[in-house]
Amino acid sequence: MGRFDLYGYRRENGRVGIRNHVVILPLDDLSNAACEAVANNIKGTLALPHAYGRLQFGEDLELHFRTLIGTGSNPNVAACVVIGIEPGWTTRVVEGIAKSGKPVAGFAIEGNGDITTIANASRKAREFIQWASEKQRELCSIQDLFISAKCGESDTTSGLASCPTVGNLIDKLDPLGATTCFGETSELTGAEVVCAGRAATREVGERFLQVFRAYQDVIERHKTSDLSESQPTKGNIIGGLTTIEEKAFGNLQKIGKKTKYIDVLKPAEAPGKGAGLYYMDTSSAAAECVTLQAAAGFVVHLFPTGQGNVIGNPIEPVIKLTANPKTARTMSEHIDLDVSGILRREMTLDEAGDRLIEITLRTCNGRLTCAEALGHREFVMTKLYQSA
Amino acid sequence: MTTHFIVHDKADTVGVMVVENAPAGENLTGWIMETDETITVKALDPVPLGHKIALKDIHSGDTILKYGHDVGRAVAAIGKGHHVHVHNMKTKRW
Repeated sequence: MGRFDLYGYRRENGRVGIRNHVVILPLDDLSNAACEAVANNIKGTLALPHAYGRLQFGEDLELHFRTLIGTGSNPNVAACVVIGIEPGWTTRVVEGIAKSGKPVAGFAIEGNGDITTIANASRKAREFIQWASEKQRELCSIQDLFISAKCGESDTTSGLASCPTVGNLIDKLDPLGATTCFGETSELTGAEVVCAGRAATREVGERFLQVFRAYQDVIERHKTSDLSESQPTKGNIIGGLTTIEEKAFGNLQKIGKKTKYIDVLKPAEAPGKGAGLYYMDTSSAAAECVTLQAAAGFVVHLFPTGQGNVIGNPIEPVIKLTANPKTARTMSEHIDLDVSGILRREMTLDEAGDRLIEITLRTCNGRLTCAEALGHREFVMTKLYQSA
Repeated sequence: MTTHFIVHDKADTVGVMVVENAPAGENLTGWIMETDETITVKALDPVPLGHKIALKDIHSGDTILKYGHDVGRAVAAIGKGHHVHVHNMKTKRW
């Protein structure tokens, strides 16, 4: 086993997962109760309740389907049961997930009622979980790994050390063929010109700027102030961040010093240009962003925090690191890697990057993250506008 | 020797406090990451962990530099060694 190898689950389509979930996925808010009942009946399965799926339309509806199908198709999911209020859209999600080659089955509630639907779906979930439980990890390489990054409750220590540690990892793993992703469109405000310059080509940089300007238009249309207390957040301000520009330059440290991003992805869009760093248009809210990245097929997440964001994701393990010594001390149960030594000049950035690679590979091999151990499963769909 | 604050870039006009409870009124030691230089600034306010200290006298309206880039503007005069935050600095955006 080489230094950058890992043991993962090779799925039917060749992609590699690091977890082996059987997911019970609601099409819509109305189906949450049935999904939770199935997950209660069949031990080891995981329901993913969420708030949406009714009367959405246009691009917002497309994003809803892309997120659900992407979540079910994520390589960390071995098999999936989909439950919806009616069969039409339920079948659309089932057929989308089936393209990954994994076992998937759909159940509709109308005409059956919750109890019959729960019974039928539970029988299928029992079959899936026992099938999945015999799946074995096998030796995989770093080229099989899809890693996403997003920071939260940032403070100035994020820009000084924890975000640069993620950047150090990306600079080291990008040449080895890893696939990586960053996002947070609004949180690049002030650093957008520098970010555009980090695109692999002028055309990709221009597409980033188009996405960036579109988000600015949304903010301009809806804002009631200069976004003080939203961006930066109250927590950011307590941590010493004063402006969005300052926060943006800290955020951008996550892509390292030299790695260029090769494409601009829509929210929840799977990478299509091979290995490399991708920019995804996402909200800067932690759970929304990670949910979109997981739906795009990323299997492990790196999350620098300053003041102590506690987020997890149900299917994509979230590894937290902090450089804030107070957060490392007072919120230690949430912190997988403490890099505050960088600020004391006891640890170099290069050493911190190596430690993050090590904890990432251990997580890939099965080590539970703090967020997994604590049961953090924030699954939050991004909604673009009002329903019909 | 304790490093009290860190500066990203030589051009920056603010540094970030990296110790808890740095004493006001004393000379504090700073490290410029870009150039690996050590500097000293006398703190004139208590500046909490993670908060910024002015490295030079900043006039109201001046651009504040961090990471070597424009990160906002001063909305009051800020003397060298004073705390820089929402009371004397604002975004230029939105």
